[in-house]
Amino acid sequence: MGRTLAEKVWDDHVVRRAEGEPDLLFIDLHLLHEVTSPQAFDGLRQAGRKVRRLDLTIATEDHNTPTLDIDKPIADPVSRAQLETLRKNCAEFGVRLHPLGDVEQGVVHVVGPQLGLTQPGTTVVCGDSHTSTHGAFGALAFGIGTSQVEHVLATQTLPMARPKTMAITVTGELAEGVTAKDLILAIIAKIGTGGGQGYVIEYRGEAVEKLSMEARMTICNMSIEAGARAGMIAPDQTTFDYLKGRDHAPAGEDWDAAVAYWKTLRTDDDAVFDAEVVIDGASLSPFVTWGTNPGQGAPLSANVPDPASYEDASERHAAEKALEYMGLTAGQPLRDIRVDTVFVGSCTNGRIEDLRAVAGVIKGRKVADGVRMLVVPGSVRVALQAVEEGLDRVFKEAGAEWRHAGCSMCLGMNPDQLAPGERSASTSNRNFEGRQGKGGRTHLVSPQVAAATAVLGHLASPADLSDAHATAGV
Amino acid sequence: MEAFTTHTGRAVPLRRSNVDTDQIIPAHWLKKITRDGFEDGLFEAWRKDPDFITNRPERAGATVLVAGPDFGTGSSREHAVWALQNFGFKAVISSRFADIFRGNSLKNGLLTVVLPQETVDRLWELTEADPAAEVTVDLVARQVRAAGIEAEFELDDNARWRLLEGLDDISLTLQNEADIAAYESARPAFKPRTIRA
Ligand code: SF4
Repeated sequence: MGRTLAEKVWDDHVVRRAEGEPDLLFIDLHLLHEVTSPQAFDGLRQAGRKVRRLDLTIATEDHNTPTLDIDKPIADPVSRAQLETLRKNCAEFGVRLHPLGDVEQGVVHVVGPQLGLTQPGTTVVCGDSHTSTHGAFGALAFGIGTSQVEHVLATQTLPMARPKTMAITVTGELAEGVTAKDLILAIIAKIGTGGGQGYVIEYRGEAVEKLSMEARMTICNMSIEAGARAGMIAPDQTTFDYLKGRDHAPAGEDWDAAVAYWKTLRTDDDAVFDAEVVIDGASLSPFVTWGTNPGQGAPLSANVPDPASYEDASERHAAEKALEYMGLTAGQPLRDIRVDTVFVGSCTNGRIEDLRAVAGVIKGRKVADGVRMLVVPGSVRVALQAVEEGLDRVFKEAGAEWRHAGCSMCLGMNPDQLAPGERSASTSNRNFEGRQGKGGRTHLVSPQVAAATAVLGHLASPADLSDAHATAGV
Repeated sequence: MEAFTTHTGRAVPLRRSNVDTDQIIPAHWLKKITRDGFEDGLFEAWRKDPDFITNRPERAGATVLVAGPDFGTGSSREHAVWALQNFGFKAVISSRFADIFRGNSLKNGLLTVVLPQETVDRLWELTEADPAAEVTVDLVARQVRAAGIEAEFELDDNARWRLLEGLDDISLTLQNEADIAAYESARPAFKPRTIRA
């Protein structure tokens, strides 16, 4: 019987398989950041262990880093201590680190792909659940906990139980104005936050094949929000074109050997998935969340749902709690929801194509009065590219704040936070209670919706903008 | 890791589903660089409410958390497990756990027990009606027991054995050093490296 993409990559990494034990998998790439690594390095130190494969390990600073005044000492002493701990640990153990101020610094899941380190058929891990992002290249990429970070540092392997496989096939083509973010939000709303649990999801079908690498990363990034172990997309010419010439992509003969291998990484026709879901891609429209988990979403044209309409008691209860926290009423049109903050950034939508999309909408327009808009590039490289294209000027002229690279308001570990009761339209991936600041309310949206929302001050898509909004007030 | 065989204690019934790790331990606690001292951050936002279940005097010292489905979703932060342990929990019961959270908990000796929602409902009813009711989580017999309730649970043999013995995963893996070295020597040259030779 044929094998799925996930099974092929898995099998190629089994170091040891024994009856009644999880497989021991070799890890090709281990990404580190400051938040989930200190206790792991401590563990190594206490046991007198070294990092086994420094050449497969790389660290960056992202979660705690400020997005303003990065040349000044970090004001929060606890954040500062955590970054200093990473620097100390990397120096002591010899790990390659891109600290704040370095040209390769940025959100860990933006940095790996842009360096060409994330490649098809590799296993990638990081102490961060959005490691699923790297699956866009046909890599098997898992978020892990700190104990596992220590395990990989010490052994370059992980004992793991073989996951089940799920195919999500997206038929047709996404309509104009419908993005990868809308697609993944619609998928999570359909299968639920636990729908992917225990599975590696493979996204396939015409709509997925047509997506750019960056859009594919947006999809795979949010696999974890459906509860999946990982998300993957089979590598194809789009993948190879993206990788060619990148810093750590293979070159010369190695490139040819690599591509020959990568081309084998497709699910066999006779392979069987443990579960299959089909989504009609052509029927989708811009999608936003109204609740406090990423599965609580609806088309922008819809109304806030009535909790009473849920048959399942726990879903009903969750919806009631969400509306209360979000300060929304059942039946209210989603388009009527006013926001005070718009956040563009994160490992979901902080790459150059996202910034271009936002600039395309906001160019010649103004951020609505009373709305604060933050544009935070996913990495320094993304920022430099944006500046080269003049996007930073577009943002500033519209009245948005152009910030330094990092996770920023995606999780508010740095000073970029919502105040209690404040409401955001955010291109990030989690709308959990308090995620962007205590008492803050988050609506997850695509970059295009974020931009239109910034202009109008309420949830909106670019189709809602008329020429009247262009250069208004200039 | 501390071994887990069997544990008996009072329970905290937490009637909430989708308790994500941002609720278990908010991000600002993640700046700490140790594995302890997270107890005050556990359910921090909810504990502001004096009526929140863990704040009630009759729940003080409870060690078994009985939660709704999809417990531990969201971020991979192991701090969520440490916070539950620092607070005093030895076991968490739910009908469904997020994968990463479950993996993290078992690695730290916090037993996560999956039971059908009907059983969770009965545990909720029992421990809400009688806060002094004791719940036993017996890993040897793979059973949860409380007044009028006896439920079997599953946990694969390997994970169970490691918990029962309190074994350290890294030492176990390093026993396979020869296999790792053999795998490494056969890896193709085109695989990425972060540091060029
Ligand atoms: S951008 Fe957000 S989701 Fe991505 S790594 Fe940073 S905090 Fe996590």
